[in-house]
Order: sequence, then C-alpha cells, then structure tokens
Amino acid sequence: MSNNHDGSTAARGVTTVAPKEGGGFPNPGLPPHVHRQADLHKSAEKRAERVVAGMFLLSVIGTIVFIAAYFLVTPTGRNIFAEEGTPSALWWSNLITGLGLAVAVFFIGAAAVHWAKTLMPDEEMVEERHDIRSSEETREVAVGIINDGLEESGITRRPVIVTAMVAALAALPIAVLAPLSTLGPLPGNKLHHTFWGHNPGQRLARDHDGTPIKLSDVAMNSIFHVMPEGLTHDTPHRMEERAKAAAVIVRIDPKLAKNEESMAMGVEGVLAFSKICTHVGCPVALYEQQTHHMLCPCHQSTFDVTDGAKVIFGPAHRPLPQLPIEVDDEGYLVAPGDFTEPIGPSFWNIHKDK
Amino acid sequence: MKALAARRHHPMALLVILLLALVATGGLYAALSPQTAQAEAYSEDDVEAGEALFLANCATCHGRDAEGLVDSGGTTIGPSLIGVGAAAVDFQVGSGRMPMQSSGPQAARKEPQMTEEQTRQLAAYVASLGPGPAVPDEEWLDTSKGNATKGGEIFRVNCAMCHNAAGAGGALTRGKYAPALDGVSAKHVYEAMDTGPQNMPVFNETNLSPEDKRDVITYLEELEKTGSPGGISLGSLGPVTEGLYAWTIILSLLLGTAVWLGAKAK
Repeated sequence: MSNNHDGSTAARGVTTVAPKEGGGFPNPGLPPHVHRQADLHKSAEKRAERVVAGMFLLSVIGTIVFIAAYFLVTPTGRNIFAEEGTPSALWWSNLITGLGLAVAVFFIGAAAVHWAKTLMPDEEMVEERHDIRSSEETREVAVGIINDGLEESGITRRPVIVTAMVAALAALPIAVLAPLSTLGPLPGNKLHHTFWGHNPGQRLARDHDGTPIKLSDVAMNSIFHVMPEGLTHDTPHRMEERAKAAAVIVRIDPKLAKNEESMAMGVEGVLAFSKICTHVGCPVALYEQQTHHMLCPCHQSTFDVTDGAKVIFGPAHRPLPQLPIEVDDEGYLVAPGDFTEPIGPSFWNIHKDK
Repeated sequence: MKALAARRHHPMALLVILLLALVATGGLYAALSPQTAQAEAYSEDDVEAGEALFLANCATCHGRDAEGLVDSGGTTIGPSLIGVGAAAVDFQVGSGRMPMQSSGPQAARKEPQMTEEQTRQLAAYVASLGPGPAVPDEEWLDTSKGNATKGGEIFRVNCAMCHNAAGAGGALTRGKYAPALDGVSAKHVYEAMDTGPQNMPVFNETNLSPEDKRDVITYLEELEKTGSPGGISLGSLGPVTEGLYAWTIILSLLLGTAVWLGAKAK
C-alpha cells in the first residue's frame, strides 16, 4: 500500500498503482478526500439531522393535506373554497390534492437523498473484483460434466431421436402462426366504397343536425359539413361509416373554375369533396373563402377547390376525391353515387376496380 | 259608386288601374318578402352621415361609391361593399379591423376607431347600397335562451378546425390566421358567421339558423366562464406549447434535480 500522489494517506485501502515499467500513463489516483461540515462540526451534524427529519415531517403534512382535501375540497360535493359543483371547485380540488400528494412523495425522496449526502459515510472506497476465470480444477470438472452428459444422453448414437427432435422444434412455431389466419376478414372492398355508394341518391345533410340541404341554401363562398342523410344513429358501424362518408360542400364562382371535369360533377359552382385527407386521413376542412384553398391541419396539405381539389402544397399525393352531386325535384342536393375515387390515404390496390 | 261607373270608359281608366295594380304588387312584395335585411331602422340622416364618414375614411380603398378598387396589376385594393350589409360593417368597424391599419394578409382586431354612433351611421350607408345581412336582433344574442351542448356540437363540426376546439384560434396560410374567440362580443361572433369576413367562409342563416348561431355563442360564453379547471391551459394550443413547456421548464427541473443528486454535500 502506498500513499497518494499528493502525499496523503490512502483511506480504506485506496491506493494508486505505480506506473508501468518503462513508461505508460501514470494512474492519477483519487483526489484527496474533503470532509463535510457534518463530519467536522457537531453543530452542522445536528443541523443536517434536523433538516432530514424536517423533510420527512413535511411529507407527513403533505399526506395530511391530501387526505383532508380529499374530503373537504371535493370537485362535486363539499368544497370549502368554492361553490359546489362549479369548475372552480374542480380547480381547487385538483390543486390541493395534487400539491398535497406531490409534497408527500417528493419530500420522502428529498429527505432520503439529503440524509445519504450529509450524514452517511462518504469516504471513497474500492472493492476488488475476483478473477473472472475459474480455477483449473473447476474448469476440468465442468468439462467432465458436459462430456458425461453427452455420453449418457446418447445424442451421437441415436440419430432417429435427434431427427425427430428437430422436427418437433421446427413444427412448434407454426402453432404461433395458426391464430394469425383468424385475425378477421380481409378488408375486401370496404376501402373502395362509402355509405354514399351503398345507398345511391341520398340527400346531403348537415353534419350537426342531419337536415337536408337545398341548392338554394348554399350561399357563395360558404362551406357546409355534410353526411349522407340516411346515416343515422341506427346505422350499423355508424362511426366507421361516418369516418368514410364525411364530406364538405363549397360554392365557388363558376368564373374561377380551372377544372371543367370537376365543375361538371357539381351544380352551379356547388362542389362536394371528401373531407378525409389523402395523406394520412386527417379531416381537411380549413377553408379560405378568398383563396379557395382547403387546408389539412395535420401536415398543411393544401388543396385548390377551384381546380378539382388538386394538391398545391404539402405531403398529400392525390386530389381530394369529389362526390358528384345533382339536384332532386324538391331542390335538395343529392349524391347519385359514391366518390370518384377511394377516399383517404392511398393503399396497395387503390386503383384496382372493386 | 256612380261617379266611378260613369268614368269606367274614360281613356285614362286603364292607366289608373295599371298604376294601382303596380303599387299594390310592390307594396305587398315589400310587406311580405323574406326579411333578411334591415332589422334596425336607419333614418335618412344616418345614411347621409354615414356617407360623409365613408368618403373621409373608407373611400381610399373601397372607392367613392363603395364599388371596390383594383390596382393596375389586378390586385384588389378594397373589395366592393355593395350588398355586404350592415352586419359586415358593424363587425369590421366595430371590432376595429376597419379602417385597416396597414395593407397585409389580414386585418387584425384592434381598438375601434369609430364610435358606436359612427359605426351605426356607416352601417346605415352601406346597407342603403344594396340588401345584405343586418345587425342581429337582441333575441339571437341572448345566451340565456341558448343551448351550450348543442352549440358545442355545431362548433366542433363547423368552426373548431380553424378556431381550435377551445376557441384559441390557429394559423392558416401565408400569414393569415383564424383569430382567438375569447373576449369577442356575442354580436360580433354572430356577424362574423353571417357575413364571412376576410377568409372565413360564410355561415349564413340557410346554413346555420339564428338558433344555431345563438347556441354557438352560448357555447363560447360557457367556455370562457369555465376557464381551465385542469390548471394552466398553456393557451389551449395543443402540442406546440405543451412541447415547449416540457422541453424547457420540465426538462430544466429534471436536470436541476439530477445535478443536485450527483453533487457532493459541502
């Protein structure tokens, strides 16, 4: 055991290793140990003790606050800070119970850390690890055990058993794959069709109250968020159908039209488009009535509704599918069929007819 | 009756009958036609005062007859105001957006520059140029009659995509934005829906009925009253402010704790 480089005595067996013969990098060793206030002064030790105890007590107080608040500051019942059942009561309940629990948990941890840092021994120490390599005798015994096992099992002498065993191990993973085949039916043509196509000739209805829309209702530069009129609360798979059928109608000045084909699918500048973005399916509905751009809030794909909802910016790759519309005898807007293309994000066989 | 019968064959009789029929048709039409405009009665004086104000404050961009101005490059300097109605004027001038402070992608809300009386006179003048949406009746702004739950549904379907589910507003393209809705008066919310100011689409009464609009206003008022019972709302702007908060304040707290854990006691 030698001294540290600065001449101080190594504590608890900590040493520096002498430089290698003939050079090498000298081990700098550990810096000299600095004693803490609590190690040197009785008063500092007492103070640290009081701080740790104080923090534990603070945690107890936090717990008491939480329990008291749980019964006295409730969101819907009795609340000593606000009127019962008001949002303000909920606010107070969240605040006090939360703070109580936070104090209770935090100060247990803080006290434990402060205790360890100020009062528990902090001298540096080294524990030498034993050699990783086992002794020669142990190694010989181990090899003997393996060889005996091979000999006794007869793997080398019984090829039939080995072959059968390999077959068993290879067959087992198939058991895991088997349930995959029953993971439900393939999507079939569900991705290609929506509720508009299932029931042709439906009226376009306002999304929020289900009332049908007349052509004359659609003012210039307005936007309507629509659903098929037949899609009601009783429709099977209602949410899925709504998610696919969601559409908007806008009315633009026919003079601004840049796409004859798209205008022909509308009536007097009233055009209906799918509301589902062709990028990853967010609802595209941020409509700027002066620029006639429709934006997707998720990744800023921008569609020009005067040009058949062509993509003019962003990651979307296809125009929004258009819903051809007509006017029925009573002046209501109806959809004679489905969207011109499958709605939403593109998929593997999108252009295969289904 | 005798006098009338005697003059039945007078050459002017046909003319008189025709005149009477025309007056009757016009009068009946005026009385029975759907009243989209003019809930408020404006006097001739209002219109005249409004015209004077218009010439002094608005005509530079909107043209002397409010017909709109286009520069030599075809860019609109100010749109035509014929047929925009009193509601549009009350909204744009009453919320301080007009007169516009400077040319830009969007006129911002600011302290109104016209008094309420002047706003009314301007509205009277613009309303006299052509029929358009009128300033809403008090009845449709009375939130005690509205249904906040239904208003919430209407808001989420029609408004939330731009104005944010909590009405905190949001960005559009090229410097345009949907403004935050807190602190906007019921009348201005109604008029904005009715007239579609700037890039906002029109939600006139054939789309959202006056009852629907009142429900939306009630919902917005309820949102404002409720506040944020969960604590700091961070502007209700979603992942942007929440991420900023987590990566700056929360991460600093965690780093500070880690440093404290690792530091030797003195």
